[in-house]
Amino acid sequence: MFFKLGLDWLGKNFLSPKMFYANTTKLLPWLAILFMSFFCYGLIDGLFYAPADYQQGDGFRIIYVHVPSAFTGMAIYAVMAVCAVITLVWRIKIAAICMSCSASIGAWFTFLALVTGSIWGKSMWGTWWIWDARLTSVLILLFLYLGFIALQSVIDNQQTKERASALIAMVGVINLPIIHYSVIWWNTLHQGPTISQFAAPSIAPTMLYPLLAMIAAFLFFYGWMVLTRMRSQILLREMKTEWVKKIYE
Amino acid sequence: MFKSLLIILHYEILTTLRQAYSWLTPVLFFIIVVCLFPLAIGPDSTLLNKMAPGIIWVAALLAVLISIGNLFKQDAHDGSLDSMLLSQHSLTLLVFCKILSHWITHCLPLILISPILGILLQLNNQQELTLIITLFLGTPVFILLGAIGSGLIVGIRAHGLLLPILIMPFYIPVLIFGTSSLIAVAQNQPLSAYYAIMGALLLLSLAFAPLFTAFALKIGVDQ
Repeated sequence: MFFKLGLDWLGKNFLSPKMFYANTTKLLPWLAILFMSFFCYGLIDGLFYAPADYQQGDGFRIIYVHVPSAFTGMAIYAVMAVCAVITLVWRIKIAAICMSCSASIGAWFTFLALVTGSIWGKSMWGTWWIWDARLTSVLILLFLYLGFIALQSVIDNQQTKERASALIAMVGVINLPIIHYSVIWWNTLHQGPTISQFAAPSIAPTMLYPLLAMIAAFLFFYGWMVLTRMRSQILLREMKTEWVKKIYE
Repeated sequence: MFKSLLIILHYEILTTLRQAYSWLTPVLFFIIVVCLFPLAIGPDSTLLNKMAPGIIWVAALLAVLISIGNLFKQDAHDGSLDSMLLSQHSLTLLVFCKILSHWITHCLPLILISPILGILLQLNNQQELTLIITLFLGTPVFILLGAIGSGLIVGIRAHGLLLPILIMPFYIPVLIFGTSSLIAVAQNQPLSAYYAIMGALLLLSLAFAPLFTAFALKIGVDQ
């Protein structure tokens, strides 16, 4: 009962396209500023001040692009899956828009993670590509993104498109751990995770801070981009309503 | 309830078997794809034996993919899908019957023919046995996951190659465990772990896929 009331209140005040558009107008510049400051700090500290790795020399510095883009690529899929559940259960429009707008950004981040990873692999392992567990599961993540985008591009009806792609995103997230572990048990060469929630990081703090800053920067960049895209999507869908007309008068 | 499900199953199998084209094409496709590999990579027996698990599994996967897109096509065309949606019986169970009959008519022939193809690719007896067991565990997963995609695209007229792109990433775990079990036999390693994992994948998809397919059909016919 209270849950439903709360949901209605939330829907009326924050989640209706109109309110969402109005609220995010002030949020956008802040996201851009946060992104720029974290990005500048992370890049400068990471590329110039962090000590060189004792084994990999200066080559390890690609970690400041590689790890954040891989992390963001996976995080975006998680965001999409949450939005998918919200779309299917509560049919909140904003969640569906967020899901659709996130897909191509996530696909690009995943692609970037693969490309930077393969450049790193060429210098450290001596090969562009290897069928290792981590690489393969990220490649499959990219395929999942592309399948999602392909499905969206063939369905015309807006509501069907949203619900169908939400279903695929949800099935994908159930399958993702299965795929992940199947390839781990299959073959592996990639180094273990550098940062883990449960253990002390296996990286010197001077190297770690710029890395965390870069991850934050990438996430803020995603927030900035997805909000921008969502806003234009909202304007496109609500083209015929009064409040949109008022903005452009 | 149970009786009507049996009737549907019987009807589905009978109609498919009477259209020889629909269940023979995947088998022929499977045989021809497998036969292409020795022609393409040369008749070297040791190389063929090494590649056989991958070749057979990929060919089986592709053979399933070419037929799974049509799972609900006929029903959507002649209107029986609408009566399925309106039926008093649970759509999930009806979908499960469709999937089961599709597996019997489209995958069972593949499994039955696979030992012969295994001989062509120089598999030994133990590998043959493992191949049959893992195909029994793996192909239903292909069909079950494919059914979800097939339900989603049922309303789209020009979907082309959408279904394979959508579904193939989900087939990867089955492919990995199916082929590695055959490699494990060749190295005399214990197999129970592979059977257990593939059985787990089967049970998991058996529990969820009919539910999701029913849901996908409801979304798919809306447009």
